[in-house]
Amino acid sequence: MPVTSIQKDVEALTLTFVAEFDAGVERVWQVWADARQLERWWGPPTWPATFEQHDFVVGGWSHYYMTGPEGEKARGWWRITALDAPHRLEFDDGFSDEHGNPIDADRPTHAVATLTADGARTRLTLVTRFVDADQLERMVNMGMEEGLREALGQIDGLLGDTGR
Amino acid sequence: MTGEPADRIFHALADATRRDIVARVIRHAESVSALARHYPMSFAAVQKHVAVLERASLVTKERRGREQIVHADMTVLRRAARLLEAYEEIWRERVARIDQLIAED
Repeated sequence: MPVTSIQKDVEALTLTFVAEFDAGVERVWQVWADARQLERWWGPPTWPATFEQHDFVVGGWSHYYMTGPEGEKARGWWRITALDAPHRLEFDDGFSDEHGNPIDADRPTHAVATLTADGARTRLTLVTRFVDADQLERMVNMGMEEGLREALGQIDGLLGDTGR
Repeated sequence: MTGEPADRIFHALADATRRDIVARVIRHAESVSALARHYPMSFAAVQKHVAVLERASLVTKERRGREQIVHADMTVLRRAARLLEAYEEIWRERVARIDQLIAED
């Protein structure tokens, strides 16, 4: 089971995700650094991502789109704010209009990914911070689209079946 | 859930007393005066917290005689919780895909 812990903080609007991979740090770093590998996991199979630009340096921009089953496109951007290869990556993450121009560059989601070696394995700690709930919702919608509805059907939420 | 109601929900839940009120009325509906007995603050202060929760549609109030009974609105609560759950699910899937990608080496 690669995911080892998840912490959600409704108050601070952060999600902390810890996962472990059966590979060295350099290998796991490549899935972030190499656009061709990144686009194989960023979008779900029904909405694959295409990174047209992935300038993997501090201050560098990435521009990508995800293509839906009907050919519709959802566009987004990253901006790398800190890099310490192969251990630490920080980036802002947001949405773009149909021409690929960032529409919310002043209110990005901020993500910090830390890779640490644990024997032959690599631990990835990812902290994502949202500006507000609106942004979180749009991230969810973009990240999941149709998958969202399915997941909502399956997950009974924090509150489970408490008192009805 | 569009932006503004979502913001109200997260704002309402950002306060520990309000989270506690919600947790209590999820278990069973309680009057404002019964709720007020649980907290070291005035009836008016508790009433204000209930009003914030009400504006976020997390709870509803129902008048029963002289009492105002506070109920949890499970629909809205579930939607807020599911939003974070859904985001978690996105990353679970991404991690599974990274794992698969690495396994192909």
